[in-house]
Amino acid sequence: MPRRISIPFTSNSMPQTEKSGERRPSTSKGNRLTQFFSGTPRKDQLSAQQALQAMQNSPSITAPSLALPSISLSTATVGEVPDESTTLFEPPTSEEVQVKRRADAQFGPLVHPSHRYVSKHHGDGGLKAPIIDEPPYYFVLTTYISYLLLILLGHIRDFFGKRFSKKPMYQQLKASNGYAPLTDDFDSFYTRRLKLRIDDCFARTSTGVPGRYISLLDRVSHDFNASYTYTGTTTETLNLSSYNYLGFAQSEGPCADAVEDCTRKYGLSFCGPRADAGTSDLAVEVEKEIAAFVGKPDAMVFSMGFVTNASSFPALVSKGCLIISDELNHASIRIGARLSGAVIRSFKHNDMADLENRLREAIAQGQPRTHRPWKKILVAIEGLYSMEGTVCDLPGVLKLKETYKFYLFIDEAHSIGALGPNGRGVCDYFGVDPAKVDILMGTLTKSFGANGGYVAAEPHIVAKLRSTNAATQLGESPAPSVLMQILASLRIITGELAPGQGEERLQRIAFNSRYLRLGLKRLGFIVYGHDDSPIIPVALYNPGKMSAFSHEMLKRKISVVIVGYPATPLISSRVRFCISSAHNKDDMDRVLAACQEVGDILQIKFSTGVAGGQKLPAGITPENEEQWRKENGLENVFEPPRWSLEEVMAVGAADCKGKLR
Amino acid sequence: MDLHEAQARLMASLNDLSHAFQKIPGSEILIRYIQSSYQNDPVRSAIELVLVIFFVRYLLSPSYATHGPNYVKLREDEIDELVRDWEPEPLVPAQTPMEKQEADSLPTIVGPTGPKTKLSNGKTVTNLASYNFYNFNANEQVKEKAIQTLQTYGVGPCGPPQFYGTQDVHMKTETDIATYLGTQSCIVYAQAFSTVSSVIPAFCKRGDIIIADKMVNFSIRKGLEASRSNIIWYNHNDMEDLERQMQKVVQQQAKKKLTRRFVVAEGLYELTGDSVNLPKLVRNPAFWSNSSPSTSSVSAWTRLGLFGVLGRTGRGLTEAQNVDASQIDMITGSLAGPLCAGGGFCCANKDVVDHQRINAASYTFSAALPAMLAVTASETLNMLQSNPELLTHLRDNIKAMRAQLDPRSDWVICTSVPENPIMIIVLKPEVVQARGLTPEDQERILQDCVEETLNNGVMITKLKSLPARQSASAPHDGTWYIQPALKVCVTSGLSKKEIEKAGVTIRHAITKVMTRKTNRQSSVNP
Repeated sequence: MPRRISIPFTSNSMPQTEKSGERRPSTSKGNRLTQFFSGTPRKDQLSAQQALQAMQNSPSITAPSLALPSISLSTATVGEVPDESTTLFEPPTSEEVQVKRRADAQFGPLVHPSHRYVSKHHGDGGLKAPIIDEPPYYFVLTTYISYLLLILLGHIRDFFGKRFSKKPMYQQLKASNGYAPLTDDFDSFYTRRLKLRIDDCFARTSTGVPGRYISLLDRVSHDFNASYTYTGTTTETLNLSSYNYLGFAQSEGPCADAVEDCTRKYGLSFCGPRADAGTSDLAVEVEKEIAAFVGKPDAMVFSMGFVTNASSFPALVSKGCLIISDELNHASIRIGARLSGAVIRSFKHNDMADLENRLREAIAQGQPRTHRPWKKILVAIEGLYSMEGTVCDLPGVLKLKETYKFYLFIDEAHSIGALGPNGRGVCDYFGVDPAKVDILMGTLTKSFGANGGYVAAEPHIVAKLRSTNAATQLGESPAPSVLMQILASLRIITGELAPGQGEERLQRIAFNSRYLRLGLKRLGFIVYGHDDSPIIPVALYNPGKMSAFSHEMLKRKISVVIVGYPATPLISSRVRFCISSAHNKDDMDRVLAACQEVGDILQIKFSTGVAGGQKLPAGITPENEEQWRKENGLENVFEPPRWSLEEVMAVGAADCKGKLR
Repeated sequence: MDLHEAQARLMASLNDLSHAFQKIPGSEILIRYIQSSYQNDPVRSAIELVLVIFFVRYLLSPSYATHGPNYVKLREDEIDELVRDWEPEPLVPAQTPMEKQEADSLPTIVGPTGPKTKLSNGKTVTNLASYNFYNFNANEQVKEKAIQTLQTYGVGPCGPPQFYGTQDVHMKTETDIATYLGTQSCIVYAQAFSTVSSVIPAFCKRGDIIIADKMVNFSIRKGLEASRSNIIWYNHNDMEDLERQMQKVVQQQAKKKLTRRFVVAEGLYELTGDSVNLPKLVRNPAFWSNSSPSTSSVSAWTRLGLFGVLGRTGRGLTEAQNVDASQIDMITGSLAGPLCAGGGFCCANKDVVDHQRINAASYTFSAALPAMLAVTASETLNMLQSNPELLTHLRDNIKAMRAQLDPRSDWVICTSVPENPIMIIVLKPEVVQARGLTPEDQERILQDCVEETLNNGVMITKLKSLPARQSASAPHDGTWYIQPALKVCVTSGLSKKEIEKAGVTIRHAITKVMTRKTNRQSSVNP
């Protein structure tokens, strides 16, 4: 029998009286209000934490993982399971436990070999936009009122503070000694009056590897978040905040070994821009590998992802050209576009009809005032949108590209590594030939655990970019350690290094993402984005709930990222879960359990069932759900899904492999 | 169907409707209002209704004109035809011959960079093209420290600083740099090149005034462009001109609302190698009294070579020219050059730094610096402080190299200040004039010099001035231009003898190229 290493977050010394399935009356009184406003009767529920523990201890669930030694590569390196039956129980030595614990904290072991999924677009043609669910009006209203109150209070405090207070924070807002204030009070209003209140949820300082777990430095603020005092202790939390998609944030394993050797050989820097003497054999090799990986003939690397965009647009387009950009594109694209001197227009997020209208108008009208035809039109989109969790509608864009002859720039910052059966980004995900896309750009920060960015295109484009791109001419070249991390992780993904491991990583992130997404839907949350996205935003609405959610999750030792205005529309503040291959199903269950509890406390289970998650009668599967609805006249009749944690965990692993409803 | 039945049903549904209407909160007020405004005068109500409809339409209409004034309305089939006819230009134009030559001759190094570097063609050359002034790249102690960090932190921080990307090592590096330079606080960016380009727009907004030196580097230019402020140029390193421009600003703005005003200068100019006169800029009371109190913040943006090179203990320009670092509002610099780490920094007081943490684009929207590189920066800074002989050795080497090039060559002069290890070598003005060389000719000649020098075993490089020259924010006054130049980077990793030998090679190569037939001809027959 395999030795069971204690999972750090479950206590195995749980009292035996609390068996699985034993129902207890609900103890939480917090959501009477939810009941009142959402109008859904709430069933008796198990206390979520207890249910989770019960699930993990219940033999029916853990049985497979006990019977089959997990065939995870990450566990294969550590002590084999002894077969002799002579010793009844042999405890692992403390060193073994330490090593194992450390490795597991960076990359979790696979609980069951079936917990994998191949990320691929199913169905033909374009991508359907995800259905956006809406909360009861009460919550929209209170959100507006909250912001109104915050802004009013802020202005009142500013008004009196500037006139009567001697505090330095007000002095900075006023002109003094003939110096205009360095920051406008209007510009900094949002930061001072809104963000500062929840500032402790941002920029939490960490130490060590941001892998499956992340260690946060504990801090307290005695002056309402103006400054922090570090207590000197750390908290290890489950990491749902880092962009560590394929789990390459590791300080050991083949990648780290390669980087270590490389640092000994190459030192730490190439001490200069690529165009001076910073072009090394290592950089050339990395470029070759990246080009082969994304399916383009040539590529170039940069030392920073942000600059890749900010400097590539000016090198591609100039005055007389038009950039049509998705309205939710990342800031780096917007800055690059602005610096290029081209005219910029935006189209509605992922809306192909709107894009077509824009294109028709642009080509028909030509340049403003002169009506000359545009020199060229560049459409800039992202593969995976980091705030929405939506995947770009690549087939749709390519269809338009045939007619309208524009050039296509795809920023794969989040999608490279995270999408597609081979992790090669959106083209791979949709089964599209990368040659159809003119420029594939991406970052190496996220899936590869390194730093920097790349641009892949036809050789003549890359050659010209090398000569004209300011970041190659003047910016520093990527450090050897970073280049080696890229190279090693790429080779693991393609299977050249540690065969099988890359595939496992790719399939685990796809499974984890779908499993958690389905689970959250079924628990009753409003979840944004497409099904295969490893970014799972959950709607919170009220600004106060952002910090409350973050704190509640931190109490349960889970670190999450909350995002609010101005990164999102004013009312749709959200929490964003970033899924990684380093997580396993146990981690996802832990998140679900925490969400179940926190969701009840904060009353954020708004889902009406439009976007799925509804419990279907026996014999009806998500695949034939539509037909069933038609036959029974239930097309617009939805029941708010409020599953119990136990039910979600029992069937989630199997259900998440089908259509997510 | 019976008429009565239909009537009854109609009445019932009307009844339901009015019931439903009455249930809406506020419906009573509405009814009362309509009743009181009616006053037995249907015209009154009709006008009010029209007003309401107009108001609703006004609210729903877009707040700006959807089309420009010269929008041409076309039929769908006309648009289809235009779409079919439209042929875009190729995405990028073909490489120019010069670009092609530069790209083809760009050396690829094999293995680590160092004073002696192996190239992909198998040759080992003396490397005077990297900013490896102290040869920290070969230092075992630094490497060990970096590997230790790797074993604790991995490589990438996998997130932007605001979202769990800030690690304790970053905080330590920031403190170390701030202490070293003597400022209150410091912020570390993930790339040096983009640091200043995002610091400037974080503070300078539309309507603000920036007075900048004409020779500032490309990164600063991009920052100026992105800021959308009013940019006023002063002649390179001409403090009188700066004062003139300031006074002009003061006069122009006298009756307007006080705006932020900035002076942007470089510590060591990347394009010319000389340095700004800081004491004159910040200390001269005569200078300030004229324009004060309305001229505000002075911001010097130091760059690249300067940091860790100038000053008695390498603290940069402020130390070299005896100016208190706190008198400068923002100091930016690079950790990627001589310090062999990565990233850039901005030193300032705490509020200025905190403002950047949310408002500087390349900090907020980019992943944090890898922990290994942050630790390396701390480590090399520490070594620089504890080994002052590194600096003395470097200065000796700079002197030795300069002696070989500047006074002895008939063709070139060095525009860098004597303590700058990046020697910017330009053709003498009389040579340029006598031969009537255009900037393109000079670029070509210097490219030949680089290649000739490399053939003789010394790697130097050319100043990459093209981006700055083509930048949209160039002062277009006809007289301004960046002279093409060679860049020779001196390192303390070589002995004085080796430096002298390399200097001789460079000098001879320049002479050889300049006396070539084709180049002589270009003078006769331009």
